[in-house]
Amino acid sequence: MKYSIFSLAKAALSGHKGWTRAWRDPAPKSRYDVVIIGGGGHGLATAYFLAHEYGIRNVAVLEKGWIGSGNAGRNTTIIRSNYGLPGNTGFYELSMKLWERMEQDLNYNTMVSQRGIINLYHSDAQRDAFARRGNTMRINGIDAELLDAEQIRKELPFLNYNNARFPIMGGLLQRRAGTARHDAVVWGYARAANDRGVDIIQNCEVTGFVRDASGRVTGVETSRGRIGAGKVGMAVAGSSSRVAAMAGLRLPIESHVLQAFVSEAIKPLIPGVITFGAGHFYVSQSDKGGLVFGGDLDGYNSYAQRGNMPVMEDVCEGGMAIMPMIGRVRMLRQWGGIMDMSMDGSPIIDMTPVDGLYLNAGWCYGGFKATPASGLVFAHLLARDEPHQEAALFRLDRFRRGAMIDEKGQGAQPNLH
Amino acid sequence: MRIACPFCGERENGEFTYLGDATPRRPSFAVDGGEGPERVEDAFYDYVYLRDNVAGVMREYWYHGGGCRSWLVAERNTVTHEFISVTAAPGAGAALAARAGE
Repeated sequence: MKYSIFSLAKAALSGHKGWTRAWRDPAPKSRYDVVIIGGGGHGLATAYFLAHEYGIRNVAVLEKGWIGSGNAGRNTTIIRSNYGLPGNTGFYELSMKLWERMEQDLNYNTMVSQRGIINLYHSDAQRDAFARRGNTMRINGIDAELLDAEQIRKELPFLNYNNARFPIMGGLLQRRAGTARHDAVVWGYARAANDRGVDIIQNCEVTGFVRDASGRVTGVETSRGRIGAGKVGMAVAGSSSRVAAMAGLRLPIESHVLQAFVSEAIKPLIPGVITFGAGHFYVSQSDKGGLVFGGDLDGYNSYAQRGNMPVMEDVCEGGMAIMPMIGRVRMLRQWGGIMDMSMDGSPIIDMTPVDGLYLNAGWCYGGFKATPASGLVFAHLLARDEPHQEAALFRLDRFRRGAMIDEKGQGAQPNLH
Repeated sequence: MRIACPFCGERENGEFTYLGDATPRRPSFAVDGGEGPERVEDAFYDYVYLRDNVAGVMREYWYHGGGCRSWLVAERNTVTHEFISVTAAPGAGAALAARAGE
């Protein structure tokens, strides 16, 4: 059923009883052309693009829980394309352009709201770095504006401009950045993929790979039986190492916990996304009114999906430093998600040394904004057996070649990216 | 999460800094035994970039910067955050480290 103002009005007049399921709940078939492991945003987007863009419709998405129950439901919903290094700049802008037309493409309200992001700077050196990043963006056709303190004060009058240690000297603004409704992105891709013939199979955990005599992956063992596959794509960020280990692979990835926080709902206060450049704190306001914020990783390897108090304190201190009035708002909820932290802070989208097995991993804590482009380029890789031009640098062997994409310049220390 | 430092007792984990997996050993430059530089390269690639990324009990380095400033080796379950043991790392308190066999 196509959603429109008319379908909404019709349903409203009939007491909202006429809505139908947005996607089917099929039993797994014995074989698919492509099996995608992981029913998060990236896996579902990959299935959608495979069916819609590359004409491969005999596709299954296997999800061990319910779709969107991992990091797709745990992020802070920020979308932006303000990256400075070759490889990232073009890729995230491709994603931004897909966000801008997503609701029309999917016929689904994903609540994409281009309310802008301001990265504050607090020193001369940071201003220079942001000016350089802004110039890189503009050379690549991406919008960026470098604001001084007076311009920031006009946009965000409520910030603390009297911080002697970390004065707000200005900020880098990307107006096209913003937020989207994370669950709606999952549901929108699921519905659109389902409409194009994709089977979305929930409560189906992959427990092993089926391989032929040559070592090629020819299917997966699951909690719902063996499923044959022409190709298998992994989109299980957070658990990539565990799934890859079933195929005998070790990855340049560590799993770390990242916490996020939501305050009680208040009236509209924060116009866009704000980041504090001297600590690590970022905040936006959801359409429900809650302040959504976060900061650093906890810093230790974890698969526990929960964090600890020191980081909570650190994040709140960051908030208090730039926005003291935030101290009057009560924290409502807090949770943790497991990040695939790669060795250079950038993702990996590539074939693997195992024939028939394809990898989409290493999203660190930037996976949500990448959802549409990740789906498109991974579908391209699965369909054509060659990387999409905007993902040509996200290769698995780049660490061996020394071709890292390290935005933060931290080296092979994943908990610092 | 609280960490029982062998020198300071049980302290909150904000006092500690994490380094990572304590299992990998830095390869020797002589690892190739004269067979060729690619084996050295392989060994260093493995040491610097690849991780077991254990889901379960892992040996890992922690630094007690907010206390005795010692390097420690902990065994911790990455799924439950439960600590199994915390001992001094090599060089941090020679007597304790010697007992741990490092």
